[in-house]
Amino acid sequence: MAPRLPLRQQDDSLRAPDLAETTPQYKKAELIMVSRATQIKERALLLLFFLCAIVAVLGVVLIFAFVAVKAVPLFKEIGFLNFIAGTKWSVAKEQFGVVPFIVGSVVVTVGALAIGAPLAILTALFLSEVAGPKARAVIRPAVELLAGIPSVVYGFFGVTVVAPIISRVFGGAGFGPLTAWIVLSIMIVPTIAMLSEDALDSIPMGIREASFAMGATPWQTIYKVVLPAAKIGIIDAAILGMGRAIGETMAVLMIVGNAPQMFAGLTKPISTLTSQIVLGMGYSSGAFRTALFGMAALLFLISMALVLIVRLLSHTDREA
Amino acid sequence: MREYFAEDRERLKELGPKAMDKAARTEAQQGRRFRERLANNAALGVLWVAAGITVAALVLIILYVLINGAPSISPKFIFTWPHGVTAQGGIWPTIISTVYVTGLAMLIATPVAVLAAVYLAEYARQGRIVTIIRFAADSLASVPSIVMGLFGLAFFVEAMHLKMSMLAAALSLALLMLPIIMRATEEAIRAVPRYIRWGSYGLGATKWQTVSKVVMPWAMPRIITGLVLAMGRAIGETAVVFYTMGMAINLPLTPLDSGRSMAVHLYMLAVDGINMPAAYGTALMLMIVILGLNSLAHFIQRRYRKVR
Repeated sequence: MAPRLPLRQQDDSLRAPDLAETTPQYKKAELIMVSRATQIKERALLLLFFLCAIVAVLGVVLIFAFVAVKAVPLFKEIGFLNFIAGTKWSVAKEQFGVVPFIVGSVVVTVGALAIGAPLAILTALFLSEVAGPKARAVIRPAVELLAGIPSVVYGFFGVTVVAPIISRVFGGAGFGPLTAWIVLSIMIVPTIAMLSEDALDSIPMGIREASFAMGATPWQTIYKVVLPAAKIGIIDAAILGMGRAIGETMAVLMIVGNAPQMFAGLTKPISTLTSQIVLGMGYSSGAFRTALFGMAALLFLISMALVLIVRLLSHTDREA
Repeated sequence: MREYFAEDRERLKELGPKAMDKAARTEAQQGRRFRERLANNAALGVLWVAAGITVAALVLIILYVLINGAPSISPKFIFTWPHGVTAQGGIWPTIISTVYVTGLAMLIATPVAVLAAVYLAEYARQGRIVTIIRFAADSLASVPSIVMGLFGLAFFVEAMHLKMSMLAAALSLALLMLPIIMRATEEAIRAVPRYIRWGSYGLGATKWQTVSKVVMPWAMPRIITGLVLAMGRAIGETAVVFYTMGMAINLPLTPLDSGRSMAVHLYMLAVDGINMPAAYGTALMLMIVILGLNSLAHFIQRRYRKVR
C-alpha cells in the first residue's frame, strides 16, 4: 500500500502540450470547429474538474480552521505562554503545559529516525544499485507490504512482543521511548525507503557508467557519485518519514506508556502530543478540551512546515 | 596482501628481470586495488544486511500475527457477535462496519479525486493555482491521523450534526484518501503516451472525448491499483474512525448509524488485554484483508504491464 507517499513536486514536462499552449494564434482554435453545445459542455466539464481539484485546498483550509477555532479560547483560558512553555500537565489543577509532550514527541521521533532512516536509505540503495531482479522482486513488495500494515497492528506487535522483551532486559513495564523507537523505526522504513528509491532511480544511468569507466568499484560509485546526486531527494524522504513519525498516533499511544511527565530515561513512560490527545479526548471539556485542540493545531502546523521544507528543498534542487 | 599476489610474482620471476621491475612498481597500486575491493565488498555486504533486516521485520510481524491468530479464526469467529465484557464470540458487526464505512468513503472520494487528478494532469496550466492545489494535496497527505480525527469530530460530527456515524467517518476517511487517489491517478494519466492523445485529436475528438474515451481507459489499471491501495489505508485507519464513528458495537443499516471498525476493535482488545485470542484473531483478519488488497494491486499492475 502507498504510505502517505507525500509526493514530490511533479515535473510538467511529461504532459502533452496543447496546440493552444505551444502556438499562441491557436489559443481559441481548440474549440472553434465544434458546435456551441459541445463548447458549453467542454467548458462545464472543465469547471467541474477544477472544483474537484479545489476540494483538496478546501479540505486543508477547513481542517486548520476548525481545529484552530476550537483552540482559540486557549489564549484566554490558559494563556499562550502557559500552554506552549508550561512544563506541568495536570487536568485536576487546570495546568496545561505541553512542553513534556513536545519533548516526548521529539525524543520518540529523533530516535526512530536515527534507527529507521539509515536502515531505509541502505535498503533503498540496495534496491536501486545492488539488487538483481530476483532479490528486487522479493524485497520491493516486502517494503510495500510493510507500508500497508495498519498502525494499530504495529502497536499491537509492540505491546505483545517488543514491550515484554524490553521489560525483561531493562526492567520496568517495558513501555517507553525505547519501545517506541524500535516499533516506529520499522514503521517509517517503507516511507523513507520508497521515496529514496524514487530519488535514486531518477539519477541518470550515464553518470554511473562514467564512474565505472573510470575504474571505480560499485561502492565508490554509490558513495561518491550516486549518493551526492540524490542527496536532496533522500533528505526529502527522511523529512517526510519524520512527519510520519511525529504524526503517528495509535502505535505510539499503545507503547509509549502515556505518563504526562518529562522525559527521564529510555525505559520510563512518557507521552507524546498525539497520544495525549487520544487519551484525553474521551472525557475532556472546557479548558482541557481547548488544550487538546491546541495540541492538534500545533501538530498540523508542524506537518505543514515539514511539507513546505520538502517543497522548498526540491525547488532549489531543480534550479541548481 | 603480499601473499595474495605471491602466485603472480612467481610467474613474473620466470618471465625475467624486466617484468619483475614492472611488477614492483605496480605493487603499491595492487595493494590499493585490494583495499578498494575489500571496502566495496564490506559496504555491499552492509546493504544486503539492511535489506535483509527490512524483510525480516516484515516476516516476523506477519508470522507472529499468523501463528497467534490462526487458532482463533473460524466461521463462528467471523459470523457471530461479540458478547459480554470480554468480547467473547465473534467480530461480525465490526467486519460489516469496516466494509460499510470503507465502501462509503470510496464512493465519496473516488469521483472527486479522479476528476481532480484529470484536471491537474490534463487541463491545468502550470501556475499559482496548480502550485497551491499540489501543496494542499501534499499537506492533506501528511496531516496526522489524530488531527484528521479531531477535525472529523469538530466538523462532521458536531458542526454538521451527523453524530457519530458511518457518514461522518466516511467523509473524514474520504479526505484522508483523496490525496492518495489523486496522486495515483495523476501518475497513471501522465504515463499515457502522447501519441495516443494525438491520434485522438487527429480524428477530431474534443478534449473531453479524448480524456474519457482514450486516456482514461488506458490509465485505468494503474488508477484501480491506486484505489485498492487507498482502500487498504482506510481499512487500517484507527484514530480517524475512533472519533467519527464511535466504538459502540452495532450493525449499521443507515449511513447515520454508529459502529465499531475492526481496527478500533483490535485497539480496544489490545489495550484492555482481557481477551487476547480475540485480539490476535482480529489482527489476523485485518492483516489478511490488507495483504489481500496489496496482492490484488500487484496482480492488476503486473497483469496489465504484460499486456502492453
